[in-house]
Amino acid sequence: MSSQTEIQEQSSRRRFYLAGIYGLWALMGAALSLPAAVYLLLPPSVSRKEEWIEVGDIGSLAPGQPEEMTFQRVRKDGWKLITEKATAWVTRVSEKEVVAYTPMCTHLGCAYHWDEKNKHFLCPCHTSAFGLDGKVLMGPAPRALDRYLVKIDGSKLFVGGVKQGDEA
Amino acid sequence: MVRIILDWLDHRTGLETAVKDFMLEEIPASSGWPQVFGSMAMFFFMLQAVTGLLLSFNYAPTPGEAYNSLQFIMNELTGGRFIRGLHHWGASMMIVVVALHMAQVFLWGAYKKPREATWMVGVVLLLITLGFGLTGYLLPWDNRAYWGTVVATQIAAKSPGIGDYLTRLLASADGIGVVTFARFYAMHVMLLPAAMVGLMMLHVILVRRHGVAPAPGDTLPKKKFYPGQVFKDTVAIFVGFCILMALAITMHAPLEKLADPTDISYIPRPEWYFLWLFQMLKLFEGPMEVVGTHIIPGLAVGLLMLLPFVDRGKVARLADRKLAFAALLLVATALGGLTTAALNSAPPSAVSHGGETAGAAWQTLPPSELAGLGHFRKQNCLACHAVGAQGGKLGPDLLQLPQKRTIGELVAFFKNPQQLRPGTNMPPVTIPGPQLNDLAAFVVILDAGNAQGLLAAPKTVAEGAVVYQNNRCNMCHIANGNGSKLGPPLNGVGKKRARQWLLEHFVDPQKLSPGSTMPPYRLPEKDLAALTDFLVALP
Repeated sequence: MSSQTEIQEQSSRRRFYLAGIYGLWALMGAALSLPAAVYLLLPPSVSRKEEWIEVGDIGSLAPGQPEEMTFQRVRKDGWKLITEKATAWVTRVSEKEVVAYTPMCTHLGCAYHWDEKNKHFLCPCHTSAFGLDGKVLMGPAPRALDRYLVKIDGSKLFVGGVKQGDEA
Repeated sequence: MVRIILDWLDHRTGLETAVKDFMLEEIPASSGWPQVFGSMAMFFFMLQAVTGLLLSFNYAPTPGEAYNSLQFIMNELTGGRFIRGLHHWGASMMIVVVALHMAQVFLWGAYKKPREATWMVGVVLLLITLGFGLTGYLLPWDNRAYWGTVVATQIAAKSPGIGDYLTRLLASADGIGVVTFARFYAMHVMLLPAAMVGLMMLHVILVRRHGVAPAPGDTLPKKKFYPGQVFKDTVAIFVGFCILMALAITMHAPLEKLADPTDISYIPRPEWYFLWLFQMLKLFEGPMEVVGTHIIPGLAVGLLMLLPFVDRGKVARLADRKLAFAALLLVATALGGLTTAALNSAPPSAVSHGGETAGAAWQTLPPSELAGLGHFRKQNCLACHAVGAQGGKLGPDLLQLPQKRTIGELVAFFKNPQQLRPGTNMPPVTIPGPQLNDLAAFVVILDAGNAQGLLAAPKTVAEGAVVYQNNRCNMCHIANGNGSKLGPPLNGVGKKRARQWLLEHFVDPQKLSPGSTMPPYRLPEKDLAALTDFLVALP
């Protein structure tokens, strides 16, 4: 065997080794990272269906005077069902219609309150203000207040899922 | 461009040079396929670290919660079952690979001078690997985990001289609880990984220092680790990886029922790689037990540790190491034999009970037990529990409880299920103590033979029994053999008296039977009706 073919053989063997090393490690990397990504990124497969939750009596709710109402709800937190206190700012729009805002500012999630003097909702963090209709009056909030879906039965208010407020 | 960045990085950190130095290490020309197992062991350890980390992202390391979060991982997260499968079977793969690695080093005599320290560090690495298996076993917090660990901590408690201290270290004096769990978890995810990584690095440094052991008489020029040996290592790792994948996909990693410290019928079995120890224990009884639990395993580890000093002969060709082959064969046969024996000794099935009240129809039940059925229905036990074909699936089937409980145990459990079975979904039964007793009395007698007959009892009759018990009618009357003979016995009263007579008699006994000492019972109409139904139904 001439040294020429020997070198050729050696280099082709080397190529085979390299292909094997990089190929197999890439294969194993993919076989591991794919399930890992799916495991970390996809939401849990079992989700609770939305249901109507009773918030309370709105018989005495006056128009133009929002009220902070608290209620109990059951939420799935990982592997647990937890019962927690939740809040809604409930405003009467007309005889038949009320809206219930979620209690978080749409800017960075601080809890806002009703500013009685100026008749608007005011967030203490970065002074975003929202009107009775939920629209942004001032400040950095990017969109109107988010609302719960509502259902009224007699004088009882029920809330369901959350609908995002319109972009300003 | 890439070259410039790499050069810059190498100039600042020496990273590229270090990797090159590592990969271009010279190894004997005689090394090849037999030398792949060390790399494999390291790979499987790193794989355990990755899958363990992924599991820990969704795992709550406390009793009860651990079980619930693991169920969440396995049933609700996409890929969760697969990742747990990789971690579970990966542990077994690691044991196998470490064993193969040791067997190879042993047969080749690669532990001999000057590589004694490398070997001894390796033995410690083996013990750490087994420690991972032992501590990880508790973490699913199912019955298998709980009872397996009870046995392990009891063995530790019997260690001559240091048993008490070990018990305190493991916080297992009063059984396995939150503290033991925390310590096992801390060992599994902090102490052991740190020790493993440190010693593994030391192991590799030592291998590099002395070089891979050459075959005797290997005088050929040395070759480089990369790419020839790296390729062989990669192929071996890939084969092992494929086996693990197949195991994780096809075999379900076990998750039994939630740990139940009161389930005395559970027969714990260790993981397969501890089965030989489990079986050996059976050979020694009474005061000799310590021979099986401590002395033999201790001697084995000691011998393994000191092997390089026991066998001081010159490195010999593989064909000349007949004694080593014989020794390995002997050890393998002993371990294999013990393991096979353990596998073949099927655990005796749980003690079966029942039969005492077999075939008893609801009509002959003592009032307390029939009242128990009333509570059973009122508390809607069947919403979660199955009784044979009927009922829910959330809780265990009451006909298939692992063991019979006493009424006292059941009452304690009803009052506070969480206390006796941390993590259980069962809510406390909030009825007064005497009623709990009746409920427990009913559940205790329930078995496959009588369940259908008992549950057939009419609704109002069982409710009547509740009224009967609540008003303590048994203080004066006897019904189905239970109670006191102060007043007339009540069996057959339905044949003697009309329903209306009974109803009126409760309200004003003296009006209908002059001279009777029975006090009036002005109960709600519904209760009186139910009570009457119960009395009329008495045979």
